[in-house]
Amino acid sequence: MNRLHPFPSPLDTPTGTRASRGLGIVVLFGTVMLALLGLFFTGEDVVQGSTVRLMYIHVPTAWVAYLAFIVTAITSAMYMWGKQHSLTFDRIAGASAEVGVIFMGLCLVTGSLWGRITWGTYWQWDPRLTTTAFLFVTYVGYLAVRDLGGSHHQRAKRSGVIALLAVLEIPLVHFSVVLWRSLHQEASVLQPSGDVTMDGLMLFSLLFGVVVFTLLFTWMVLHRQRVLALADAIDDGGLEAALQERRNEVN
Amino acid sequence: MTQNSISTMSVARAIATKDLRIEWRSKVLVNQVLPFAGIVMVLFAFALDNDGILQRVAPGLVWLAVLFSSLIIVQRTFAIESADNALDAIKVAGVSSTGVFLGKSAALAVQLLFFECVLVMLSLVLYQVKLSWGGAVLLVTVSVLANVGIATMGALYGGLGAAAKGRETLLPLLLLPAVAPVLIAATRATESAFGVSGATLGEGWPWVALLAVFGALFGFGGTLAFGVLTEE
Repeated sequence: MNRLHPFPSPLDTPTGTRASRGLGIVVLFGTVMLALLGLFFTGEDVVQGSTVRLMYIHVPTAWVAYLAFIVTAITSAMYMWGKQHSLTFDRIAGASAEVGVIFMGLCLVTGSLWGRITWGTYWQWDPRLTTTAFLFVTYVGYLAVRDLGGSHHQRAKRSGVIALLAVLEIPLVHFSVVLWRSLHQEASVLQPSGDVTMDGLMLFSLLFGVVVFTLLFTWMVLHRQRVLALADAIDDGGLEAALQERRNEVN
Repeated sequence: MTQNSISTMSVARAIATKDLRIEWRSKVLVNQVLPFAGIVMVLFAFALDNDGILQRVAPGLVWLAVLFSSLIIVQRTFAIESADNALDAIKVAGVSSTGVFLGKSAALAVQLLFFECVLVMLSLVLYQVKLSWGGAVLLVTVSVLANVGIATMGALYGGLGAAAKGRETLLPLLLLPAVAPVLIAATRATESAFGVSGATLGEGWPWVALLAVFGALFGFGGTLAFGVLTEE
């Protein structure tokens, strides 16, 4: 950890290891493969035409976003109830939430584009969409709380509580929206449940997308949490340097 | 008999009484926040310039006005504490943070109930909705339970904003998504109470259950979390 202290230069702060570089190469290869599968190798859907190709990104982004928030909740709980109160868990929670927010944003955008073509509208007040939008806003709030300042442990405790409260909140939001929509259902061109039968290659591409995006998520969180560790180290180093400066002044 | 032996409930009572007494004496709520809520109700009427629509959406407008006002009330209730570092003094005194949370929530709930009474009466006049006796019973139940949810979440996130000095702007971002289930449930139940949008009185009561679950869950969660969130 010597290399992290006290003011590491960008050239001297690798966030990659041999393993994460290997993972990165696999992800890169997988992403190219997914693009080829989605754009060229798979055929058009009978009903949706080429629109179905959006699904190869949309479904994996949704999966990764939900996975990210589950990881945030679990690692927050591990920080809160762990004996060591290890900041690594907090940084994984933060990194995972950041990546989750990005993927949830992508999920909402790709979903909207797909909805415009298939349902004829960018937005439907469907429980799943509404809950997803709420989840997005909630985790934007979570990231804002992480940014409140204070000590690292203060940040970890505050954001940990918010992450755990969000776990309580989201099922309630979903349940209330389901009840709300059950009373006020509007007609849609195609039901959001979209009972689509898939051929083998399409299903493979979708599952392949989920695997590739999960690996991409892992790679991004690994790097992001290492960057966060460096940022924390700079904070600590900065404080130590300032204290030393004061001590020198006194002496 | 040490300071720590003051019971949580007596701390809660002391904080709630203090907050309500400050409001009673300063009249900020009545002189500033209530007129704001009234203006919001009138502006809704300007924006939705149609009697039929207004009547139909009146329940939602009442609860939106309550939520907007609650943001100001929550900020006000914690501005009192952070202005002269009173929250720090309370913490240093070693009193139970659960007591502080419950006291703050109770005072907020009482203030919100007062607001709801006024706003419902305003909607009867401005939006021409009608309220039967059965509807009034439903509405009172809904208001009390919705207040528990809004007040506990408000106290929790307001406390967080106050502890992280100068970051009160975070409150709407955290509070509004969190109380969305309250808005949905309270609006639907109020539709039943007002008898608008074809809703019957019986349809309103299931929403009361949702409000009760929300209030209980976040009341409990808040008592556990408040101390951690307001820690220095």
